[in-house]
Amino acid sequence: MSLLEVHGLSKHFGGLEAVGGLSFALAEGEVLGLIGPNGAGKTTVFNLVSGFYRPDAGDIRFRGLSIVGLKPHAICLLGLARTFQIVRPFPQLSVLDNVKVGALARHRHVPEAVDRARAVLDQAGLAAKAHTPAGALTLAERKRLELARALATEPTLLLLDEVMAGLNPTETGHFIELVARVNQGGITVLLIEHVMKAVMALSMRVIVLNYGEKIAEGQPDGVVRDPRVVEAYLGEEYLRAQS
Amino acid sequence: MGRGLAGAALGVLLILPFFLGSYGLTIFIFVFFYAFLGQAWNILGGYAGQLSAGHAAFVGVGAYTSAKLAMAVGLTPWIGMFVGGLAAALLGLGVGYLGFRFGLRGFSFVLLTVAVAEICRLITLHIEALGAALGLFITFTGNPWMFQFQDSRAHYYIGLGLMLLATGVVAAMERSRMGSYLAAIRQDEDAAEAVGVNSFRYKMLAMALSAFLTGMGGTFYAYLIFSLQPAAVFGIPLSVDILIRPVVGGSGTLMGPILGSFILSPLAELARTYFSGGGMVGIHLVIYGLLLIVVVLFFPQGAYPYLQRRLARGSAP
Repeated sequence: MSLLEVHGLSKHFGGLEAVGGLSFALAEGEVLGLIGPNGAGKTTVFNLVSGFYRPDAGDIRFRGLSIVGLKPHAICLLGLARTFQIVRPFPQLSVLDNVKVGALARHRHVPEAVDRARAVLDQAGLAAKAHTPAGALTLAERKRLELARALATEPTLLLLDEVMAGLNPTETGHFIELVARVNQGGITVLLIEHVMKAVMALSMRVIVLNYGEKIAEGQPDGVVRDPRVVEAYLGEEYLRAQS
Repeated sequence: MGRGLAGAALGVLLILPFFLGSYGLTIFIFVFFYAFLGQAWNILGGYAGQLSAGHAAFVGVGAYTSAKLAMAVGLTPWIGMFVGGLAAALLGLGVGYLGFRFGLRGFSFVLLTVAVAEICRLITLHIEALGAALGLFITFTGNPWMFQFQDSRAHYYIGLGLMLLATGVVAAMERSRMGSYLAAIRQDEDAAEAVGVNSFRYKMLAMALSAFLTGMGGTFYAYLIFSLQPAAVFGIPLSVDILIRPVVGGSGTLMGPILGSFILSPLAELARTYFSGGGMVGIHLVIYGLLLIVVVLFFPQGAYPYLQRRLARGSAP
């Protein structure tokens, strides 16, 4: 059985069809890349799956149960966590307290939640910044914090929305390793990413969206050679650079 | 503030009544009372970040409930205080449901709270059983069992106790899961939801707790003043009195409402005493206005966070 199944998912904003009849499935343990040009509807898919938007049509099943209409916090407690494309730390709280808020989802008692938060900070390479206010972090650190806070809720499925955008190549390399370790730890990952290096390194399968519709799906190597994908998103330059 | 300093301050406050005259006692009673109400407001307005400008509604409901129960069936206000708190909490949950279920944020929520307090005032104004416009008058018997005291030192210690009670509740809340969740909701509600925080539920909890404590304060008010009028206990001036102390002292901080009350309550009392003749009754509200401008301009987070930073800088090498 698939961990996440999306059937005929649609969302309109006024006259604009942001997502139109999208279907896909995610197997347990998989890393699925969701790519496509800006405005293709990728973040809308995340907002629908994580409960921030209600779909106009279609069904979303997580571990076999429909989660359409559930509030974001309830979906998180079922084990589906997300990050935000534009990072949203709690700026006045310390890094540790930010992650503690996530850890409290599974550990009611504050001391246990703090222990858990420290462990996640170690994992995310933020232990040295535990007592820094989140508002004072660099962009790369904020991206790590965004991931750490989601991880602290102990998800089975993690939705990562452009966590590597704006990072330099070294930071991107570290982040790819971090996400790979998270996945090896048993967490399924749905990845929105423009950084193709990360998409190619991490994804077992890739879905390409354009104007809210799926135009390609398959192994990363095959998808990037698909003429429709090249035309709609990657461009001839990308293929030439790769060969 | 260091524990030692807090302990010393508490020691002074405990023996102070033996050195104060009745006017001094009165001023301290109001300092404690408004610090208590400010601390209760702080749970919702400070920690949860949901600004209420209608907290007088909870004082009024608590005061009328407790006073009417004492008059009608002889229920001691020692218990009526909690019944009044519960009644206020129920009203709070109603307000919270309207505001939070329908996603009122910022100014819309402020207006909702003002409107509810005004509705309470207008309804009470027309209920004969509650004395309508004349209000309720409590006959003085001096019976401590009925929350009546010959010696205003009793009010002093009860007021101090209420202030410490609310501060203890808030201190415990600050360290609990609820405290973390309210801080998260205040700073970014969507991000909080995304990590499993049921924002509706925690805002409702904050509202219920805040309204309950504020409602308890109604009983203290009723048996301090011995009369209840709709305009006094449900009016906008009381709502302003409640919120301005934590705002000036530092909302969302444990010591903010107390510091704010120590700054503002004596000022308000002195202004009332010295300017109430000659048509200058509302002069304390003018003082509030001026102070608010100073606070917004020079220490927008309030006096206590400002002091903390100054002290931290002073003690650094």
